[in-house]
Amino acid sequence: MSPAAATVSAAQATTTAAETHGFLSPTGVEIAFLLVGLVTFGAAVVTVTTKQLVHAALWLVVALGGLAVEYLLLTAEFIAWVQVLIYVGSVVVLLLFGLMLTRAPIGRSPDADSGNRWVALAVAIAAAAALVWVVVDAFRTTWIDLDGAAAGSTAVTGASLFQSWVLPFEALSVLLLAALVGAIVLSRKTKARTQAQEAAGGTTTASPLRPPSPGPDATRSAVRGAARSDARSDKEGAR
Amino acid sequence: MHLAYPAVLSALLFATGLYGVLARRNAILVLMSVELMLNAVNLNLVAFDVWLSKTARDTLHSGQALTLFTIAIAAAEIGIGLAIVLAVHRNRGTADIDRLRDTAEPGNDDPDDDSDDDSDGSGSTRSEPAEKAEATA
Repeated sequence: MSPAAATVSAAQATTTAAETHGFLSPTGVEIAFLLVGLVTFGAAVVTVTTKQLVHAALWLVVALGGLAVEYLLLTAEFIAWVQVLIYVGSVVVLLLFGLMLTRAPIGRSPDADSGNRWVALAVAIAAAAALVWVVVDAFRTTWIDLDGAAAGSTAVTGASLFQSWVLPFEALSVLLLAALVGAIVLSRKTKARTQAQEAAGGTTTASPLRPPSPGPDATRSAVRGAARSDARSDKEGAR
Repeated sequence: MHLAYPAVLSALLFATGLYGVLARRNAILVLMSVELMLNAVNLNLVAFDVWLSKTARDTLHSGQALTLFTIAIAAAEIGIGLAIVLAVHRNRGTADIDRLRDTAEPGNDDPDDDSDDDSDGSGSTRSEPAEKAEATA
């Protein structure tokens, strides 16, 4: 189909849709989309504003699951199940593992937000206002036709993916392999280097940034030894 | 369904992720906000693909294919990002992106460092040359 014919048919579909739909008569799908969208947006806001790091990851589960429901409402069921499998199943688990391996505090951490929070809030509100204004103004008379066959069923998605998108699909598998190898290399090289540093000598690796720094322990043991010697001298003096 | 519903939700989610990227301090929370922004883009792609597949008879389904690619790239990105964050945490003892100021100019980062040192106070006894020396070591 030529682009001109596509434009004409799109214009015809738009006009017919505008004739059959009203501005302020939401259908059931729209009401469901609106409610799930409110839950998703609220969970996203709590994710970026909460002070408890683990709770942020768990609210992210709610936001991503709500987006999966939105995909189902848009009749893209394959995308919805991929979203549930990859995001809710693996990405959030990876984030929780990362939070635990970096020894994030379980309770409230007051320094979760940076000092430029108000600038960030201003930028985000400006971006949201601009995007919402442009999008609402551009697609005021546009309706999605959700009747008929599903646009994103597994058969349709698989056919388009393996007919038109085979080469990017295979390139993506190479990218996943590269990411796997890269993650392993990033995890291994630093460990080998720290082991080599610890084997090379203790004075250079005793950096002040190490969490178990030897300074306070040494002073504490010195104080304890001094107190013990004082007690011993007192005991000897009493004897 | 009106196309403005998914488009507006996508714009709001993108702005939320933008706020999180700019305002969060922990690197893993920044990665979570990046995931929110990517999901906003995915919702836009799916909504416009469903719209075009019905109105313009589009059989290529480029939006859904690109959504799948974006999800896979996001999974790879989160794996590499967490590996980098864990390496930084292993070397520095912190995942705080306000502390990673090795490439900053030496003159203009004093107020932030002072405010940071006043705010947490526990690990703030180290000096700036020691941090630079540890970074170059």
